[in-house]
Amino acid sequence: MNIQAMAQDIPVEGEHSIEGVDFITSGDQYLTFLLADEQYAVDILCVEEIRSWETPTKIPNAPGYIKGVINMRGVIVPIVDLRLKFGIGEASYLETTVVIVLTYQNDDKSRTIGFVVDAVSDVLNVESVDIKPAPAFGGCVSQQFIDGLINSEQKVVTILNVAHLQQVEQHPMNS
Amino acid sequence: MSVDLSQFIPSFLEESFEGLELMESGLLNLQPGDNETIHSIFRAAHSIKGGAGTFGFDSVTDFTHLVETLLDEMRDGRREVTNADTEILLESVDCMRLLIEAARDESDYDTEKVAQTSSRLAQTLGNEQLTSDENVSVDKVGSESATGFNIKFVPEHSLAKTGNDPLFLFSALAELGSLTIHANTNELPALMDIDAQELYLSWQLTLIGEVDEEEVKEIFEWVEDECLLELTPIDNKLPQEKTENEPTFQQENTTAPAIDETTPQIQESQIAAANPKSADEKATVSKTKAKTEVGSIRVGVDKVDSLINLVGELVITQSMLSELGNDFVMEKVERLNSGLEQLLQNTKELQESVMRIRMLPISFAFSRFPRLVHDLAVKTGKAMELVIKGEQTELDKTVMEQIGDPLVHLVRNAADHGIEASDIRVAQGKPEKGTISLDAYHQGGNIVIEINDDGAGINRESVLAKAVDKGLIDANATLTDSQVYDLLFEPGFSTAAEITDISGRGVGMDVVKRNIQALGGRIQVESTLGKGSTFKVNLPLTLAILDGQLVKVGSETYIIPLIAIVESLQIDNKLINRVSGDMVLYRLRDDNVPVLPIYQLFDLETECIEIDNALLVVVEADGQKVGLMVDDLLAQQQVVIKSLKDNYQQVAGISGATILGDGSVAMILDIPGMISMALEKAQYAQKFKNGGDSVKAEVCI
Repeated sequence: MNIQAMAQDIPVEGEHSIEGVDFITSGDQYLTFLLADEQYAVDILCVEEIRSWETPTKIPNAPGYIKGVINMRGVIVPIVDLRLKFGIGEASYLETTVVIVLTYQNDDKSRTIGFVVDAVSDVLNVESVDIKPAPAFGGCVSQQFIDGLINSEQKVVTILNVAHLQQVEQHPMNS
Repeated sequence: MSVDLSQFIPSFLEESFEGLELMESGLLNLQPGDNETIHSIFRAAHSIKGGAGTFGFDSVTDFTHLVETLLDEMRDGRREVTNADTEILLESVDCMRLLIEAARDESDYDTEKVAQTSSRLAQTLGNEQLTSDENVSVDKVGSESATGFNIKFVPEHSLAKTGNDPLFLFSALAELGSLTIHANTNELPALMDIDAQELYLSWQLTLIGEVDEEEVKEIFEWVEDECLLELTPIDNKLPQEKTENEPTFQQENTTAPAIDETTPQIQESQIAAANPKSADEKATVSKTKAKTEVGSIRVGVDKVDSLINLVGELVITQSMLSELGNDFVMEKVERLNSGLEQLLQNTKELQESVMRIRMLPISFAFSRFPRLVHDLAVKTGKAMELVIKGEQTELDKTVMEQIGDPLVHLVRNAADHGIEASDIRVAQGKPEKGTISLDAYHQGGNIVIEINDDGAGINRESVLAKAVDKGLIDANATLTDSQVYDLLFEPGFSTAAEITDISGRGVGMDVVKRNIQALGGRIQVESTLGKGSTFKVNLPLTLAILDGQLVKVGSETYIIPLIAIVESLQIDNKLINRVSGDMVLYRLRDDNVPVLPIYQLFDLETECIEIDNALLVVVEADGQKVGLMVDDLLAQQQVVIKSLKDNYQQVAGISGATILGDGSVAMILDIPGMISMALEKAQYAQKFKNGGDSVKAEVCI
């Protein structure tokens, strides 16, 4: 069927389905993924690609959650295991283990880092008013990484702050 | 048709900076009566003025106009070329550079300096006017008094094709006074015959106002060759034929393109040209440097042509291979092999060609030095000259950009500390004039730059005394010559008796060394007291590619830069010595080389922890040899260096990463970094021991 004719039928706002194709035209989109059985989300515009796990090259003396670097089409990309960084679940590397590669543009510098998660689940469409601040009651994920919480059906999804995730901590030489 | 002029600004800037360099080197070599040089200086200034006018950089235009006037007088032989004039002109070149930089960055400039220089220029010109013969001034007065001009402007049909637009000329004229324009359309052909790119009109213009004839002529300067121009002053009604150009301008038009043709090699852009002259200027320049880091390279057509040829061959090889792959049978394996071989060859050549594009002759880094030495000679009052050799030696653009400042430091040092005052030199039987020489040559895969002076040399005793004084070494220590010279690179170290504004504060030599090391190079000093000193800078040709030895440690592959490797050997058990507690030394002929197990330094797991099973790669950095213990030696190959900093950060002991043939990433070892890591680690372990906790450094033997 003619795509242009289809596009004309789409109203400006809202979520629609035409002949089995989903169109989402309002709000921001988030990619959700699993760490153990908790749901997390990142801004989908930051997602460069989703790759399967491959053993990276180790970086000497790096903190444990930095698994190393991989070659992504000629670009050296560091790999961070979010489960180790946040201390959630077990860092096992199975067939469903995936790496979400995020690129964040800051001023004129952009940084690309891959994050190991247990599984990718869905794409959520969220209005910014629906994002609730996270209550500061502990949890092992530091507040600076959290932008807020959203309700998705029965579950609560934590929206992560990509800018903070991307910050590389200076690792002192472990003597 | 209006054209967006701003797109031409970068090339104008590039050309202007080149022009400034041309002026500078011309001025430094200027001898009285050397008309050819004066002409070329004048032409450079003139092009800058013209370009600046086009782009509306009025400050540049106005200032350059003064310079041009002075040069014009020299050119016409109305003025003797004196040293004082040359100095003023050199200063003016600095000012022009400031102004153009300010125009480029849309920033402020040192108005005081420019005002001072321009007033000095005006003064110089004023003096000249008093002594100039009357004819000239009368002539000037005559033309200045005109109250207007009738201008007949008949351009050639091809005028528009050369990028000139009469409309611009007229609007410039209109700024001088009130302008009446009559277009003559007689020559306009029938619509059928019109060529859209030709110009068929001619004009009769009347300009009323207090206008200098020179000003009017200047507006038409760029089109003079391509039109019939008649200027008639209105008041005295004397028809002044202006169909003929002044001979000087004709010359300019024929020789200006020649300059471009003689410099078809790659030219470095603004950055090299914008060399800092004084500390405060440096600050502003380095600020702007960041902005212009994305410089451009001018590439010779021959280099591009060879690239195109290579890509053509690559395409042929590719199509050959894909055809082969369409219905592959085992019989064709031989053809496949030869095809792959061809592909390898093509790729290699392509890589070399691309690398060659980044290579520039080192003269771009050297070009600032004649001026620097000239200024230093004036400042210090010492007589000295600069000899430059090997300026055609090619070097990677990035390396070149970063080696400039360290070289400036070394040359300043040579001029200030090395060369003695003339009377002392004569008393020692040396020629009165000191010589500083810069020499560049290739050696192996490296480039060596030597900075040599025939001055006083380094006084070993005073360096030692100073080092003891500063607490850097023990008073009783016995040091080799090279160890003594290494002290010069310690932070805050200076043996200069008095601090001058050129050098002597002891800031710099450590920076020099750091910069050179950051480029993967090293610096050596040779010196004979009373005869002079030589600083030898060893640099890799390029920062993008490196010859490496692949080694295996545990499951990881590392790359050791070949340049750092002294030798690789199978460990002989008898030559292992354990001394001073935990230190492991390997006897390599007369040397005792400390052994560094990589797995320990990098906290890796490996089965190969026994030293007698391992291989030892002896590497050298900063004059220190160490043996790196590795599991296995793999291939030697060229690797492309990729930065870890782009997406991560600098890692201690690692200078970068690369991608191997199988697509995996391998780390490139940073030998000096690893040595300092090991030292820190040892100190840390020692501190623990002294603190009472008997934490034993784990060395597995």
